[in-house]
Amino acid sequence: MELTTILFYLFALVTVGAAAVMVFSKNIVHSAFALMFSLIGVAALYVLLYADFLAAAQLLVYVGGILILILFGVMLTSQGLTVDYKSTTVNLLPAALLSITAAALLIFAFTTTKWIVSTPVDRDETVYDLGMLLMGDYILAFIVVGVLLLITIIGAILMSTRLITQTGKTD
Amino acid sequence: MEYSIMEWLSDPGLVHFLIVSAMLFSLGLMAVLSQRNVIMVLMGVELILNSANINFIAFSRFTELSLDGHMIALFVIIIAAAEAAVALAIVLNVYNRFKTINLDEISTMKG
Amino acid sequence: MFIQLPLLILLLPLLGFILLIFFGKKLPRNGDWLASGLILLAFVFSLFLLVAKITSHSAEVFSSSFVWVVVGSLNIEFGMMIDNLSVIMLVVVTLVSTLVHLFSIGYMKDDVRYSRYYAYLGLFSFSMLGIVITNNLLLMYVFWELVGISSYLLIGHWYEKKSASNAASKAFIVNRIGDFGMFIGIMILFVSFSTFAFESIFESIAAGQLPFESTGWLTAAGILIFCGAVGKSAQFPLHVWLPDAMEGPTPVSALIHAATMVAAGVYLVARIFPMLTADALLIIAYIGAITALIAATIAITQFDIKKVLAYSTISQLGYMIMALGVGAYTAGFMHLVTHAAFKAGLFLGAGSVIYAMHKVLHARNDHHTDAQDIRNMGGLKSKMPYTYWTFLIFTLAISGIPLTSGFLSKDEILAGTLAFSTLNGHWLLPLIGFVVAGLTAFYMFRLLILTFHGKPSDQSTIAGIKESPLVMTIPLMVLAALSLFFFYSYNPFGATSGWFFAAVERPLSIVPELLQPASAALFYEAVSSVHTTAMILSIIIAVGGVVMALSVYQWKKISAEKMAEKAGILYRGASNKWYCDEIYDRTFVAGTFLLTRVMRWFDENIVDGIVNGAAVVTREFSRISKWTDDNVVDGLVNATANSADRAGSLLSKVQSGKVQTYLVYVIFSFLVLFILFIRI
Repeated sequence: MELTTILFYLFALVTVGAAAVMVFSKNIVHSAFALMFSLIGVAALYVLLYADFLAAAQLLVYVGGILILILFGVMLTSQGLTVDYKSTTVNLLPAALLSITAAALLIFAFTTTKWIVSTPVDRDETVYDLGMLLMGDYILAFIVVGVLLLITIIGAILMSTRLITQTGKTD
Repeated sequence: MEYSIMEWLSDPGLVHFLIVSAMLFSLGLMAVLSQRNVIMVLMGVELILNSANINFIAFSRFTELSLDGHMIALFVIIIAAAEAAVALAIVLNVYNRFKTINLDEISTMKG
Repeated sequence: MFIQLPLLILLLPLLGFILLIFFGKKLPRNGDWLASGLILLAFVFSLFLLVAKITSHSAEVFSSSFVWVVVGSLNIEFGMMIDNLSVIMLVVVTLVSTLVHLFSIGYMKDDVRYSRYYAYLGLFSFSMLGIVITNNLLLMYVFWELVGISSYLLIGHWYEKKSASNAASKAFIVNRIGDFGMFIGIMILFVSFSTFAFESIFESIAAGQLPFESTGWLTAAGILIFCGAVGKSAQFPLHVWLPDAMEGPTPVSALIHAATMVAAGVYLVARIFPMLTADALLIIAYIGAITALIAATIAITQFDIKKVLAYSTISQLGYMIMALGVGAYTAGFMHLVTHAAFKAGLFLGAGSVIYAMHKVLHARNDHHTDAQDIRNMGGLKSKMPYTYWTFLIFTLAISGIPLTSGFLSKDEILAGTLAFSTLNGHWLLPLIGFVVAGLTAFYMFRLLILTFHGKPSDQSTIAGIKESPLVMTIPLMVLAALSLFFFYSYNPFGATSGWFFAAVERPLSIVPELLQPASAALFYEAVSSVHTTAMILSIIIAVGGVVMALSVYQWKKISAEKMAEKAGILYRGASNKWYCDEIYDRTFVAGTFLLTRVMRWFDENIVDGIVNGAAVVTREFSRISKWTDDNVVDGLVNATANSADRAGSLLSKVQSGKVQTYLVYVIFSFLVLFILFIRI
């Protein structure tokens, strides 16, 4: 067994296991932390796939940004602890059935498809090439995404500040 | 080319990653469909996005897709970040209005 | 001039009517001056026309017409015919109408519907003038009916009084009976000659054409048209409406029931005189005679001042009709003119008395004493001198005392009947004529004496009586003057030399020779031979009647009660108007009611049965239809609606408002599609 194989199984297990914990946890804070592990696992999988820049971005954006954001959301809208898992969920049976079916179908489709697989190219780093692509072929998308982010920031701030003024008024 | 199961398992390739992503996707789906809490639903969405990203990068690694997959994944991450920010702002507004973030209780659109 | 001026005369009262009916209440004094002024203007024009016509165009007949209605091949013309007859009538109508207008200013002073009253007077005058100047039967019929309706309106002027509205209806309905016959007669002539114009009809008959090739039909047509005159001129047996019509205001009685409306019938007979056969004329004469006798006998027994006058009117109209029937055409028409003057005067005089009585009774708040009952009067002579003296002249005139106009015309009529009897042997006609002359003198003086002479039964009432205002007495004086002989002839004992006889000549009969009455020449010869006899007889009889009346009521030599007792059944019959109304009630009215009952039974049991049967069938059918509707059609409709409703409510459950549930459906469908695509 090669190291990569072991690492793959390890990270895959971490990712899927943490995700499962996240989904089935009764405590939303536990869920958030489980999500963090899952995301870290995904970043590790990126590394295995020779996507170093993306792995870094994943860690920075998801673990460092989104997760913090989510935790803040949890805190701001705290509902208190619930003991019963059932009371935190709806549509348990159809959701489970559909999820299992979806997983089965996807796996069935992935395994039965004859993928045209090329020999993997080993790379040192992808940052330079990604930078060239961003500033070349994807320049338009890059600029659009930049504008989108700006709008998002402004929108989020606007909604949040209005919320504050409203609550301030009501209080 | 005949592989035995053990051989197949010992050489993680495209399909392995795809299977991981499929499991991740179905777990995310489970969260989205079953959790009452909006934040949990958002987390489920993040899971689904990550599963998609794994697919992109796996294809970029094992097929002719090359670095384009990386680019798409990059944009997905960016948009996911934006989405999370806006979604949480919305959640806060919803909470302010309905005093709850349980999706099944927010049913003013009921027919 | 002879065309435009009559048209103007005709339209002036119509103008008054239109103005007053629309703007009457807004005009100062409610517009009485306007109506009176217009009719006065019409009178002045008529008088001018009369003088011009008689003096310079006596023999001419002016006529003019234009096509009014065209229906297929039928042309109905709107035309006028102006001859001596019509110009004289124009003057009579406008004169009496003018005086009545003036008189009404006083008499109707405080009436509620003052302006409407004047409007109706205008309409009435217009209709009457229309009858006078028209040249065809259809138009005459139209105006005839207009006279009927306006008389209806005027008689029913005080329609709050049940008796007044009943009298108006009675007048109208009774007139309709006569008009019905008249219309049939007109239609017989029209079907035969396809024209309504008098001249064309006469020409056709003169040329030897007969209705339906039969002389009988010609007689029938004449009598049927005469039926109209029977109705309007209140001849027996249709005379019953006139006494009742006294419910109208007294000036209206003067206008309608003395001078104009009732004269229309006589005028009609004079118009169609040439086409009347000897048989028709004989019937006309006898009807006139019977009417004269019946009305005169009833008049003796009446106590209501207006009723007495009403019956005397009927009696005098009978005279006129009888005169026309026997061929004394000019005399009959002259009596119409003279009678118009003195009868209008009598009515207005009676109006004056009633007005005075009513004022006193009203002031005393006495509503029980009848202001029109002559038993409540007496001794008014000194209180109302103008009224008394004019009334005396009118009474003398109607009684046929020499030096009055009435003597002239009545004398001629009596001579005519006497001459007729010498020619044809119908001795009954002159006998009735003379008897009626005596009766007339008697009952008129009875009226005069009871009203003005003697002692009043109630001194207090009479003491308060005052003479009527000038506006009421001046018309009386004018009419009194017109009741004297010199307006009609210079010779007080013979009218034949006067202008009237020169102006109005008996027209030549145009019926086939065998059916002709005695010719004018023959007739006048007979008249001149009996004239002196007739005159002496009529004077003696008239004076006898007067003396009789005086001895009974003035000198009290003879007791009226004893006389009545002796007359026994005759008195009772007369005082009950010969039971005409009762007979009509028992026969026609009761018959009509019986018929209506039969009809009602028929209606209720047979017609209604059929109708109800049809209704039941319809109802059953509709019930089935309803069942089908309710269960089949509605069922289908409701089923559609219900299924839509159920589908909607079913689907609305899907719309739970829960996002995740929707998502479940989405994923589910997506997976189904996914499986399908993989299979393929």
